[in-house]
Amino acid sequence: MRIPILRLGEILLAPIQSDITDEQAMQLQAEILKLLEITTARGVVLDISALDVVDSYMARILTDTARMARLMGGEVVISGMNPTVAIALIEMGRELINVATALNLEQAVDALKARLSSFDDHDGIATGRSVSHGG
Amino acid sequence: MTPVEQTLLTALVPIITELDVSRARQEATAIAAAHGFSKPAAYRMATAISELGNNIVFHAGEPGEIRLRVLRADGRLGLEAVAEDRGRGIDDVALAMLDGYSTGGGLGCGLPGCRRLVDEFEISSAPGKGACVKVRLWI
Ligand SMILES: Nc1ncnc2c1ncn2[C@@H]1O[C@H](COP(=O)(O)OP(=O)(O)O)[C@@H](O)[C@H]1O
Ligand SMILES: [Mg+2]
Repeated sequence: MRIPILRLGEILLAPIQSDITDEQAMQLQAEILKLLEITTARGVVLDISALDVVDSYMARILTDTARMARLMGGEVVISGMNPTVAIALIEMGRELINVATALNLEQAVDALKARLSSFDDHDGIATGRSVSHGG
Repeated sequence: MTPVEQTLLTALVPIITELDVSRARQEATAIAAAHGFSKPAAYRMATAISELGNNIVFHAGEPGEIRLRVLRADGRLGLEAVAEDRGRGIDDVALAMLDGYSTGGGLGCGLPGCRRLVDEFEISSAPGKGACVKVRLWI
């Protein structure tokens, strides 16, 4: 089973399941990168509200995915992280380094929109991309 | 004098694939809830089990198991998990307990992180002899 990726305009939304396997994670990463390349999408929300735990294995999947998306010029926000998860992650010695987090989907989408529009204001390259509604 | 331990419940989950790790986690969470452990405590145990189970799947090279136990000692209620395999074992346990040390491209914070999450942590392993990690949380 592959993980579905929803597209809402410039934002991709991927709900992460707790029993995601290594293979599915790689599939998901490849698919997100492809969508960032061939569509006008520039923002990615990784929703982890369905996860029962975020262990170091999951933390690595999330950070790797975010890093790859960023290399493609995308922005990533992780949504649905509850405080217990955040505290345990810190105790484990790992915050989700360099990945922005939001309490819920709505806040994640707002945060992404704000970031993307600030790019449009200040960054010529990003502005150029948002005009080409090809994908 | 060692305190008398009373076993209230045991459960065994064989660990072969990542899906078995999910199962062990869910089992532990259900048991914790049924015995009055707090949500954060249950979550800590589930995370520890996840780390130990994934270590069996990714590092041991052989199947293993996770044994869960609810126990009472000194009037306190405890939740115990023992993750054991007969796989390749750990060459240098002290090294494996260091933050950031991984032989498999992982984050290397599974074992040290696990130790920080629980009240009691014991590890024993020898090359070729498998690994056994016991963790406990008390109410
Ligand atoms: N059950 C096991 N069998 C064999 N080796 C193990 C086992 N558990 C841990 N190890 C070894 O200890 C190292 C550290 O484990 P851990 O802290 O969980 O980090 P990671 O899993 O990210 O590598 C592993 O890279 C591996 O070499
Ligand atoms: Mg590990």
